[in-house]
Amino acid sequence: MSRPPIEQKENKGETLNEEYFIYPHRSYGMDHKRYKWSLLKDRKHINWPSEKKIALWINVALEFFPLDMPAKPFKALGGTVTSYPDLRHYTLRDYGNRVGFFRVSKAIESAGFRNVTVAFNSEVAQRYPYLVDYVNERNWEIIGHGINMSHLSYTGLDYQKEVENIKLAIESLEKISNKKLKGWWSPSRSESWETPDIIAKHGIEYFCDWINDDMPYEFSTSNGNLIAMPHQHWISDAMCYLHYKHKEQDFIDQAIDQFNFLLRETKSYGGRIMAITIHPWASGQPHRIKALETVLNYFAESNEVWNANGYEIMQHWKKQQ
Amino acid sequence: MKKDLKLYDFLPWDHRPKLRWPNGAKLAFWVAPNIEYYEIDPPSNPLRTPWAKPIPDIVPYSERDHGNRVGHWRMMEVMDKYKVRGSISLSVALLDHHPEIIEACKDRGWEFFSHGIYNTRYSYTMTEEQELKIIDDSIENVRKHTGQTIAGYLAPALTHTEKTMDLLAHRNILYTCDLFIDDQPFPVNVRNGKFISIPYSLEMNDIIVYNSYMMPPRHYAKMLKANFDRLLLDGDDSGTVMCIPLHAYAVAQGHRLAAFDQALEYITSHKDVWVTTGKEIAEYFYSNYYDEYIAAIDKFNKNYKR
Repeated sequence: MSRPPIEQKENKGETLNEEYFIYPHRSYGMDHKRYKWSLLKDRKHINWPSEKKIALWINVALEFFPLDMPAKPFKALGGTVTSYPDLRHYTLRDYGNRVGFFRVSKAIESAGFRNVTVAFNSEVAQRYPYLVDYVNERNWEIIGHGINMSHLSYTGLDYQKEVENIKLAIESLEKISNKKLKGWWSPSRSESWETPDIIAKHGIEYFCDWINDDMPYEFSTSNGNLIAMPHQHWISDAMCYLHYKHKEQDFIDQAIDQFNFLLRETKSYGGRIMAITIHPWASGQPHRIKALETVLNYFAESNEVWNANGYEIMQHWKKQQ
Repeated sequence: MKKDLKLYDFLPWDHRPKLRWPNGAKLAFWVAPNIEYYEIDPPSNPLRTPWAKPIPDIVPYSERDHGNRVGHWRMMEVMDKYKVRGSISLSVALLDHHPEIIEACKDRGWEFFSHGIYNTRYSYTMTEEQELKIIDDSIENVRKHTGQTIAGYLAPALTHTEKTMDLLAHRNILYTCDLFIDDQPFPVNVRNGKFISIPYSLEMNDIIVYNSYMMPPRHYAKMLKANFDRLLLDGDDSGTVMCIPLHAYAVAQGHRLAAFDQALEYITSHKDVWVTTGKEIAEYFYSNYYDEYIAAIDKFNKNYKR
């Protein structure tokens, strides 16, 4: 989420050795080999279908926050807070699957949008297969989102365990949805060094974890390239309401400002992607749903929008590379 | 630790029976003031420290006492103005500490339900026997002081055990406020008997809005109105419940009370709203809809096998 808080630590007389002044990756580009250094302003211009300037990518997250969430390495935003059993936060999040999702779906459809990407914790699909059918009936895209919000990938987790988790999440969601998954979003955007290699090995073509770009880019793995997609982090409803503690109007303002900024940028740089990330446990609350409706209706009024799911956007981008 | 206590079934919003409140109302509105006593020097619970600073932690302690000495009467006057009866989430020891408050609420026909003995005695690590003792103490003392039989429960400081719901049902409590799963009453799965959850809304709770979301008072008024507007609108599909959970120490500060006043004025001026209490909602649901919901859940589960 952010850097750890700056700590006041006592200097117990430790000193730094010479190694601290050696810079092994001090050269042009990145300090790792996952992707190439590339300035957004220098990229090839992208054209979306029907000469639309903005690809609108609506993402909805269906998540399960178990009562026994481990505190290590950290808890996902929205996780349990109090001692066990924290029924308070457990039920507040499950509200999204029972009630909030239906408000969110209605808001999307009322605005006239037909293409949505829904990220499922595989355990939500197992617990509530009705939601999978609801999504399939609408022909919305389903992407993997781990097992649940307490199964994070991170360095320190046994490699085999991580492989098992990811495999289970993908295979069980594919079985329940009868769809081949193309996209992946790690719970809490947490990865180990190997996560991209593992998801690529299990058939994933694009992922949503890194927040370093506003357009797709190639991301190398030991199993071929993934496409990293610009999934919205900072103005997701959960970040807005839970992390920043912003008001409903602030959610509206930021989403609309982002949209208009990107639209202006298209004049000089080609098509852009407006991604919006929605958690029904956050936006689906009765006092907040109007903010989401306002934003979606604003996008719907624009003539510059091509609404598509993540895979479609990714493919259109890829064809033009 | 379990990842899930399986306290309730899944019945998606678009599969709900068409619920209507008395006189065809679409929204049941209730106000739940927490009338609490926090001990200045409580014994320790292994899983929760009552005060952040060394005791006496006078700022939060006296902040809460302000609610009883000052805020309660102000809050009650606003509720009187709009003829809204409170459903009190009561620290049962307050019966002994501040009987004047109890008398005033009793005179107004407000409902009393239990919020534990003190809000500084947490349920964590209690045995079944110990937790039952809290429930029995609540039933006995509320009856002794008010003549009422408590119908509801909100666990002290929202601290629970795995068995809390089973024990409440076992003592014939009608409803819990502890589950934030829904905008309607919903059956809770317990060891024996019937039990339901009533929406008590953490998101509209003054403490959550002011101290967790850090919202200013005028925004609280907007949130309450927005919450009401949508629940009334969605009540057209199937009746909803709106609750404003309160704490006099938060809501009735001079710089904040107007927000609550405006929200009550707005809400009570609408048609299709049943202004009621927790117990009345629970009783109405049991009498008219409990069986229908159980049948709807069974039907959904049966038709929805994978």
